Amino acid sequence: MTPRRAAAARDPGLQPERTRLAWRRTTLTGAVIAVLAMKSALHGGAPASGIVAAALCAALWLGLLGLAHRRIGALASPRPAALAPRVAATAVLCTVALAVCGAALVV
Amino acid sequence: MIEFVRNVRLWFAPEEIREEGGTPDYRFSLANERTFLAWLRTALALIGGGFAVDQFLPDLRWGWRVGLALALLGAGVLCAFRAVNHWVRCERAMRRGEDLPVSRFPAALGVVVAVVAIAMVAVVLLGWEG
Repeated sequence: MTPRRAAAARDPGLQPERTRLAWRRTTLTGAVIAVLAMKSALHGGAPASGIVAAALCAALWLGLLGLAHRRIGALASPRPAALAPRVAATAVLCTVALAVCGAALVV
Repeated sequence: MIEFVRNVRLWFAPEEIREEGGTPDYRFSLANERTFLAWLRTALALIGGGFAVDQFLPDLRWGWRVGLALALLGAGVLCAFRAVNHWVRCERAMRRGEDLPVSRFPAALGVVVAVVAIAMVAVVLLGWEG
């Protein structure tokens, strides 16, 4: 029984680790958007609306980062529970809000 | 579309998903989660593309620049909603032991990205600027 339990403790396919890295990549992509928003706000002569949109983008990115951080913490257990729909929906709403900020910056 | 609205309710009601069927192997759920994240990154990349069009093609006529940027941002929004919708559908199918849902979305997105790319190349090369 002992080897089997050892195998159960750590998935040989490293699924939790891969999922953790997928969250990391996702936050990294969000960081690129936050930087582009910052650049756009500063480049456009820094009008008040641009600054607000860029600050919102930064806040949304921090929100994504927080979600990822909590999920990564949950993934540390040997048999992590499935992703909660609320977390998935919140991540998507952050993404959509980033797009809305982008539209505000573009127009 | 009606199913999409029904799924929206499920995003915020995890208990309803847990009531159905049995819990699948945690590795399947994690694989589904990674697929969801990959789609979310695709959405984020499209949104980033919208930002980039606005910033790196400043000489473009206003209408083209804003049109291309909004098209990319809109595609990103669609992609993000689809990501969570597909994730919920896959999760439910796995719990019920059904086949995973098929989707026309990847093909449609591929066509849209190709059209936007061709439009951008045409706009930049043919010099419809200023």
